[in-house]
Amino acid sequence: MADATLPHEIPALYEPSLFGTYSKKIGMWLFLLSDSLTFGALLYAYSYGRISTPNWPTPFHSESIVNATIMTAFLLTSSLTMVLAVRAAVQGDAKAQQLWLLATMACGLGFVILHGREWSKLIAEGLTLPVFPQMPGSETTGEFANVAKTVPQFPATFFGLTGMHMLHVTLGVVYLGVVALRRKFIPILLVLWLAAWLGTPSYSPFHHAAHVLLLAAIVCSIVLWLKPKVYDSSDVEVAGLYWHFVDLVWMFIFPLVYLMSAKIL
Amino acid sequence: MEAFQQAIAERVAEQHRHHGKSQFFLVWAALLVMTAIEVYLTYQNLQPVRMLTILMGLSLIKAALIIGYFMHMKYEISRMKWLTMCSLVACLALMMIFFPDAFRIISLGVK
Repeated sequence: MADATLPHEIPALYEPSLFGTYSKKIGMWLFLLSDSLTFGALLYAYSYGRISTPNWPTPFHSESIVNATIMTAFLLTSSLTMVLAVRAAVQGDAKAQQLWLLATMACGLGFVILHGREWSKLIAEGLTLPVFPQMPGSETTGEFANVAKTVPQFPATFFGLTGMHMLHVTLGVVYLGVVALRRKFIPILLVLWLAAWLGTPSYSPFHHAAHVLLLAAIVCSIVLWLKPKVYDSSDVEVAGLYWHFVDLVWMFIFPLVYLMSAKIL
Repeated sequence: MEAFQQAIAERVAEQHRHHGKSQFFLVWAALLVMTAIEVYLTYQNLQPVRMLTILMGLSLIKAALIIGYFMHMKYEISRMKWLTMCSLVACLALMMIFFPDAFRIISLGVK
């Protein structure tokens, strides 16, 4: 019984890690490895469809390529601001850390808005999925009205892959918002939810997808109220790992999906 | 608990002592330049296979830069590097088993 009162925690603090780093970071790396297999499977599915379908559409005009290039620049810049946030956190500069995190969120938000605009344009031209709400007039007049019927693999893999990525970026912005602003971020998140929900027409998929933000606000509220804490440099670094991962995935989606399906006249 | 958080904070600071600000800007500039090259090539109407090879090559270099510098993998211990990267590459390589089937579908004329 005397053994039960020995202080087990003290030696455990200084026990060397098998991977030379702290467990939170190893946990995030393991999550990212599993998530990369998810994206890997989606990218392979897209490539498989492309190889096995002779009349694969090339819907991305110069305007779409420029839009996707700006989106890429936003993500690359957000990765730079993220490492600067980690650097500020390591140096103990809380103000700079918060500012760089907010800059990262702004770039992420810019990416999501541009991507949403691109999706809306394609849907208006008839490229849609059966699960999306029917847009008035898009079925018969749009440039890609027949693509969804003749090559259903294209919209299925395109919206599946880019939608999954957009979801990751959105949740990344929420994650960084919680780390940067903690409880103050919840009302901002609710405003973003209302703006996305009420600011989009009822036939837009974003009108329904906006509820992801409400769900995120509920989950974040539970976490922040049940386990309040000041996020330190290790938390910022782990959040940064997630953010760089979404940037990394886009480095493969951009050339494979957009540049390889460009229609340059 | 505070001692534990302090120990982690010291470890994070120790792992980041190699980093200069200029290094991050250089990596960022290199990533932007490679993206610009990719977009430029799109407007050159290259053969699809050649285009795909160049684009994937550039994407792999960009991925290596992001993982190595931004995600800090370059400064992790070798056990961490080898275990994570080898398992990831092996799993992704295994998925390539499906590609011959995609070509087979074309040759069989399956609609």
